[in-house]
Amino acid sequence: MSGLHKKPSSELAQMLRSGEVTSVQLTELFLDRAEKLNPLTNSFLKINRQTALEQAKHADELIQAGKAPSVLTGVPIAVKDNLTTTDAITTAGSKILENYLPQYDSTVVSKLRAAAMPILGKTNLDEFAMGSSTEFSAYGPSKNPWDLERIPGGSGGGSSSAVSGFLAPIAIGSDTGGSIRFPAAATGSVGAKPTYGAVSRYGLIALASSLDQVGPVTNDVLDAALLQDVIAGHDPMDSTSLVDSLGQMADFASKTDVKGLRVGVIKQLASDGFQPGVKARFDESIQLLIDAGAEIVEVDCPSFEYAVSAYYLILPAEASSNLARFDAVRFGQRVLPEGNPTIERVMAATREAGFGPEVKRRIILGTYALSSGYYDAYYGSAQKVRTLIQQDFAKAFASADVLISPTAPTTAFKFGEKLDDPLAMYLNDVATIPANLAGIPGISVPNGLAENDLPSGLQILAAAQNDGVMYSAAAGIEKLQNDQWGKRMIDFAPELEVN
Amino acid sequence: MSEITPENVRHLASLARILVTDEEVEKLAKELDVIVESVAMVKGAVSDDTPATSHPIPMSNVYREDVVKPSLSQQQALSNAPDQADGKFKVNAILDEE
Repeated sequence: MSGLHKKPSSELAQMLRSGEVTSVQLTELFLDRAEKLNPLTNSFLKINRQTALEQAKHADELIQAGKAPSVLTGVPIAVKDNLTTTDAITTAGSKILENYLPQYDSTVVSKLRAAAMPILGKTNLDEFAMGSSTEFSAYGPSKNPWDLERIPGGSGGGSSSAVSGFLAPIAIGSDTGGSIRFPAAATGSVGAKPTYGAVSRYGLIALASSLDQVGPVTNDVLDAALLQDVIAGHDPMDSTSLVDSLGQMADFASKTDVKGLRVGVIKQLASDGFQPGVKARFDESIQLLIDAGAEIVEVDCPSFEYAVSAYYLILPAEASSNLARFDAVRFGQRVLPEGNPTIERVMAATREAGFGPEVKRRIILGTYALSSGYYDAYYGSAQKVRTLIQQDFAKAFASADVLISPTAPTTAFKFGEKLDDPLAMYLNDVATIPANLAGIPGISVPNGLAENDLPSGLQILAAAQNDGVMYSAAAGIEKLQNDQWGKRMIDFAPELEVN
Repeated sequence: MSEITPENVRHLASLARILVTDEEVEKLAKELDVIVESVAMVKGAVSDDTPATSHPIPMSNVYREDVVKPSLSQQQALSNAPDQADGKFKVNAILDEE
């Protein structure tokens, strides 16, 4: 059974069905690894040994009775801590929710329970998912298994480090501007953001409601597709939930032929500003696609120049409104100020003590963008840029089936490198943000090692509701890469060891 | 010219109900000024006749059936309250006595 922890979830699922392994055995294996290695990576804020084993036992009963409700039944999973769970404290990485035990499960968690996937624990994130490194978590940063002195990407660095360090076989993330895709790129794993509305946001602690989307964090494309199939679907509890099914992603991920695939290279995301190694690996992948018979076209998206700016107006505006719910009345911390504690002063003292620096920065920026006299110039213009970006994508997808770019301009950076320069941190999301603004699906797959032998990522985007096209292309590119390397890129990662 | 002054930050923080120290005000004013100066480029990117997009996938009038379903009990609803009394959320005085 050695090496079991490195197997993709699709293979673990087969072994569960054939009786080679039980869910209790698998869940114990990953709980043991998580408990042993979490002091190194700080991937988990909470590990649920007891409930995970109960759920595993239930999964085994279903499998033995031939009643497994899902392909992934019995495969244990890690969940980002901004999705509510009734059996585990849900902090969203914030001190203000330190003791918050939700009264309801998020729809995604309900679906995992219905599929009988044991939940190993809750993973770390930048506070309220605001950040690209997990350095803004109130509970300390997560570490990158490739180099423990570097960030695992953010905001979903807990899930990415858990999966790439094999503390969990598969995980859930959320992506508002790249929080699934950049962590995947930084840790040599796979992360997919489905089309906006494909997965319910009910019970996802809101950051920016018109941008947030839940998605899979895995070590290969098929696993991501299988997990999207578990968590996707219409939900009456989310009014932005898509009504029609987008199909079975796992079927699309089994189609790996890229011959004749029209691949658009985004001019604005293939030039300056990318680390030389990241750019070199990207150019090599283009050649790999050409050699395999794909048709490469250059596409022009001139409005992308404004995407980061528009995003950092829309996101803070929506966040400042969403986070107004932390009012020290119904849930969360309450801090009493000195002197006469009126409700208003209690709110201000609580939010001062409960929110970290990035959250305060963005709430105040959002309050500015929405304030009278500035609203039209800032928030209004940003919403118009959103239209221009959608128009750019529409034009691009007229000549290409999928678009590709490096997932991020850099590989994983060191702790503290961008902490005091908010703008530099924001610019790291330059390639991932446009997909959120337009609501289209995007995935990051491993794209070879760049500077310092650190992973780089390749982003593949498809038109809205064409998640299947994205998974086929991603599976095709992954196969070309793995054939070239002789193994998965994640298999080049150093082994985590506790001294 | 600075767009964001310490006075702006103080006002915005009070609108956002966040207590800020003088030190934080100075730091935030500097940081936000850099950010606002950078994101202000959106103003030059669009014209009056560019339509605005608030939602990525167009949808309108999403209704649900008006049916009674089980919901949280009073006790459940209060389970995370920092303070409660008589089955209700208890808050501090709304009006200042001074």
